[in-house]
Amino acid sequence: MSGTYLPDGLPRPGTGPDGLSEPYWQGTREGKLRIQKCKGCGSWQWGPEWICHRCHSFDLDWVEIKGKGRIYSYERPHHPVHAALNGHGPYIVVLVELPDYGNVRMVGNLLGDPKQTVTIGASVEAVFEPHDGADPPYTLVQWRLA
Amino acid sequence: MADRTLRGKTAIAGIGETTYYKHGQSPHSEFKLALQAVVKAAEDAGINPKEIDGFASYGNDRSEAGRLASALGIHELRFSNMFWGGGGGGVCGAVGNAAAAVATGMADCVVAFRSLAQGQYQRYGRSGGAPLASGDDAFLFPYGIMSPAQRFAMKVTRFMHEHGIKQEALRAISLACYHHAQNNPNAVMRGRPLDEEKYDSSRWIVEPFFHLYDCCQENDGAAAVIVVSAERAKDLKQKPAYIMACAQGCDERSAAPVHNMPNYPSSHFAQLGPRLYKMAKMTPSDMGIVQCYENFTGGVLMSLVEHGLVKPDQANEFLVKDNLIAPNGGMPLNTSGGNLAECYMHGLELVHESVRQIRGVAINQSKKNDTAIIMGGPMVTPVSSLILGSEATL
Repeated sequence: MSGTYLPDGLPRPGTGPDGLSEPYWQGTREGKLRIQKCKGCGSWQWGPEWICHRCHSFDLDWVEIKGKGRIYSYERPHHPVHAALNGHGPYIVVLVELPDYGNVRMVGNLLGDPKQTVTIGASVEAVFEPHDGADPPYTLVQWRLA
Repeated sequence: MADRTLRGKTAIAGIGETTYYKHGQSPHSEFKLALQAVVKAAEDAGINPKEIDGFASYGNDRSEAGRLASALGIHELRFSNMFWGGGGGGVCGAVGNAAAAVATGMADCVVAFRSLAQGQYQRYGRSGGAPLASGDDAFLFPYGIMSPAQRFAMKVTRFMHEHGIKQEALRAISLACYHHAQNNPNAVMRGRPLDEEKYDSSRWIVEPFFHLYDCCQENDGAAAVIVVSAERAKDLKQKPAYIMACAQGCDERSAAPVHNMPNYPSSHFAQLGPRLYKMAKMTPSDMGIVQCYENFTGGVLMSLVEHGLVKPDQANEFLVKDNLIAPNGGMPLNTSGGNLAECYMHGLELVHESVRQIRGVAINQSKKNDTAIIMGGPMVTPVSSLILGSEATL
């Protein structure tokens, strides 16, 4: 039993050959939620890009933020697309909007009963979910009702 | 400068399609299917396949233009073109690109086509099982968002939430497609009718709005259309279906990573729709035949709204089965069965059906058949749409 929301065996996150999202994944291992903030115009940006889409500065900082948001949308997948989910049953994915950071949105699972009623607009907070047994280990950001 | 437009300069002069199969059941290879569709389209147009001098496709089609031209003994290939992006976002764009090549004199006779044999290659509704997800996928796969249904479901949830639209509106779209397929001998779902009860009791793919019957099939087959100049089309065998407008692209930052597109509950046609009508010099109320790519019924709903064909606050009343079926519905939709019930030919079957409707030879023939709008690949990026017209609309 892994203690994670979804079973072991799903694809693990990688930073890709270009390493663009490495500061994010390093941060989650340390219990820190970091997103991009443009040093040129001060805009928050998520997901990661090499350039600020507003002012075209390449000088993007990774800034720690508070994991507080509200549910913007959600889904409850039933069909097991990946073999690791066979027989697992439905689970909840939420799209969380972060009003304090330019309304950027983050994707995660909503912890708790997978059959619970989900309310758009409900307040949620980030929870770090380490996958220490993975090689290499990584930490996901999940969400629970606040 | 002369008026820069595609309006009425080219026409679809021939259509060809293979037998459509359930995924994995084609006895032929994908490339052979492509050749069959092209040869049939040439026959339909009454031309020799060697007259073809260009190919346009989409969805990273594996049947490459150079290989097709060589296999067909084409003397001189003058145009080869691939529309970026996966799925069916490029279906109308490929036809538009073919038209642009002909209109500008780059080529004279261009085929837009799609070939798919998913038994030979990987399916869409299954994850390939790679152990590492990178790029945007790194922020989605570990949370169980892998298939197209899972990637798009939250867009639909939000749209339905914002406008108070009920599941029954999506059900009506599915019922209309299945209804039309029952008369269509080439429809994979012929003989498998759908009613309210069967839809309602079908299993969830993704709650809260994706029942099994809200999701497209996966199929094997190929389809091709032949685009020539308007002048040439008049001298050929079939009644021309003129290309009145094509628009392609996407809304502002619709490919922003991790679901951060500014207009989230969208099929990505919001900016494109008005551009399409402007080129055609038509309005939504001029549209007779309506064909919309169903990857998922929720995508159809948002596409219809973004092309001005349905008002969101009237969707619950407007999207009812009787209103969506030929010949007497107010807006017959996907009259051959579409991706849901004819074949998931990545939407090219919708273009074929539009041409048949304009010719007046469709199985579920609609009365208002001088114009047809086709919308391709809702929710992907980029997307495309097309307006075809009879000679009366020129």
